[in-house]
Amino acid sequence: MTSTTIERPGRTGGPGTGPPASTSARRGRFRVRITGSAIGDRVYGAAVTAFAICVPLLLLLIAIEIASAGWPAFRRFGFSFLTSSAWDPVKGTFGAAPAIYGTLVSSLLALLLATPLALGVAVFLSEFAPRAIRQPVAFLVDLLAAIPSVVYGLWGIFVLVPVLRSPVMPFLRDTLHLGGIPLFSGPAYGPSMLAAGVILAIMILPYISSVSREVLLAVPRSQREAALALGATRWETISGAVIPFAKSGIIGGIILGLGRALGETMAVTMLIGNRPQISASLFAPGYTMASLIANEFSEASGDLHLSALMAVGFTLFVITLIVNGIARWLVWQVSRSAGGRAG
Amino acid sequence: MTMAPARPASIPAAAPAHPSAPRPPRWTDAHVTVAMRSKRHRRRLVNGLMVGLVTLAALLAVLPLIVILGHLVALGGRSVQWHFFTSLPRPVGEVGGGMANAIVGTLILVGLASAIGLPVGIGAGLYLAEHAGTWLATVTRFLSDVLNGLPSIVMGIFAWQFLVRPLGHFSTWAGSVALAAMMIPQVARTTEEIVRTVPVSLREAALALGYARWRTSLSIVLRTASAGIVTGALVAIARIAGETAPLLFTAFGNQFWSTSLNQPIAALPLQIFTYAVSPYDDWHAQAWAGALVLIGLILLISLIARLATRHRFAGPGGD
Repeated sequence: MTSTTIERPGRTGGPGTGPPASTSARRGRFRVRITGSAIGDRVYGAAVTAFAICVPLLLLLIAIEIASAGWPAFRRFGFSFLTSSAWDPVKGTFGAAPAIYGTLVSSLLALLLATPLALGVAVFLSEFAPRAIRQPVAFLVDLLAAIPSVVYGLWGIFVLVPVLRSPVMPFLRDTLHLGGIPLFSGPAYGPSMLAAGVILAIMILPYISSVSREVLLAVPRSQREAALALGATRWETISGAVIPFAKSGIIGGIILGLGRALGETMAVTMLIGNRPQISASLFAPGYTMASLIANEFSEASGDLHLSALMAVGFTLFVITLIVNGIARWLVWQVSRSAGGRAG
Repeated sequence: MTMAPARPASIPAAAPAHPSAPRPPRWTDAHVTVAMRSKRHRRRLVNGLMVGLVTLAALLAVLPLIVILGHLVALGGRSVQWHFFTSLPRPVGEVGGGMANAIVGTLILVGLASAIGLPVGIGAGLYLAEHAGTWLATVTRFLSDVLNGLPSIVMGIFAWQFLVRPLGHFSTWAGSVALAAMMIPQVARTTEEIVRTVPVSLREAALALGYARWRTSLSIVLRTASAGIVTGALVAIARIAGETAPLLFTAFGNQFWSTSLNQPIAALPLQIFTYAVSPYDDWHAQAWAGALVLIGLILLISLIARLATRHRFAGPGGD
């Protein structure tokens, strides 16, 4: 399909190419051709550059808009906005600590659950899987990333939460006698930090596994062959020669997953219970920054409330900016050193 | 991890080789001590265990997808009937009702977002590929990746602050701008990667034939890369079609029929959210049906995208 479209202009001359070449040949070819195409080139170059500048501009615009909207709250509460846990729209005091705490805890829980699984999938697909099932399994795992957040939330409300509330939470607390640890103590609410962490783990799994898989595939063959030639088993080859080589790229993938988890909104809003409290128990409801905004924004009680939500948004913006920056940098490092196959 | 076991005492240390000296005995099974054998056993056991665990991880990772899709079909299938696509939402208690307005609303929102986001994204991608070394390209590439990772809710409150607050009302425009802002960085990066796979020789051939640079870029390079760019665009469209958070405070949702770009408009993900968190069983059933339709739409777009990619690899476009 593509070959005909490429060759056509060259072979037949094309209505657009023939005339300029022949006329320019008659009257001093180079000058005419350069001036003739210079205007087009300049317009094209300017247009493409303008589009490219759109990206930094867009990011700058987002930062300015949200920062300026959140400024009144930052000015009013100062640094204690980030450390105070009093979020009370009625009294007009706003502290984002519960939301920041919830964001961090739910994301870390998700990472803890998703990382071993994602690395397992990546290693399976890059090292062990037979050729025939490699593509289908990779496709199915990547498909997890295509499911919209709101559908995860829906499934979470009606399938995951009931399962967590009745067999899983009592099992962890009573049967395994983990109730003594604050993490697993207290009454088993359905919507909880645990529910949010589990759904986030499923959601970030494809991101971590696909980055790790690409990084593992970028590890040179000689690295594996050398270890195998020394008598290592296949697992020893992977753990001793392949994974260390790909380490920073894998870490980059994990941090990328963290970035996703930190900002995930809908599924978490539907599952975390939306209560501005800091509780040590994973069974208790909580709040994340994203779910706080999603839940209260349209019912904000006044300008200060709105500004406080914008300030929360700006905090989230800065945190994800930093996390993503680090992740991208790490992945780039690896793809550069491995010859640019990954990333 | 020790890969070469230590030489047992029964084998003499390598002597300086003299042509007439007897050769040291070769490694045979007789030299493998009991300790070594048990160690070899352990290493094999660990190997087998880890292979098993890794395979199990792959099975576990595919499981949620199957379970979720299974529930969607089982719980949503019942309510997906013809009237679901043709009628408006009904109040609680009334039987029937559909999401016709939300389906059309999603198509309008995604269409408008694509009209804004695709040209900018593809243009920026062309710049990134053609001016790879410049500082603007480096900055844009890095910031595209960063922008791509921004939470969708941040895009939502940005669009609210940028468009809804000054204009004083929710609108299709605001929702589309939020979605377009999510598309631009993704499309830019995929376009860049595809355009880079177009062989330099094609570009050189066109230039040698007297094509201007801009015509070379648009009618040779972009055209060669078109299948891949279409794929990238479809992947981006599939992603924004399911987004809810950017629409919460921009498109806002609408229970009635509206296709106006200046009014709040219904969207499938928003409708699913509203119904899912409601306390009514009727609405829950509608939410499952909506989710099934949404997933169907997204899978359809993804499938077309994959088929388009297959075409690309069939052609001579690679390097």
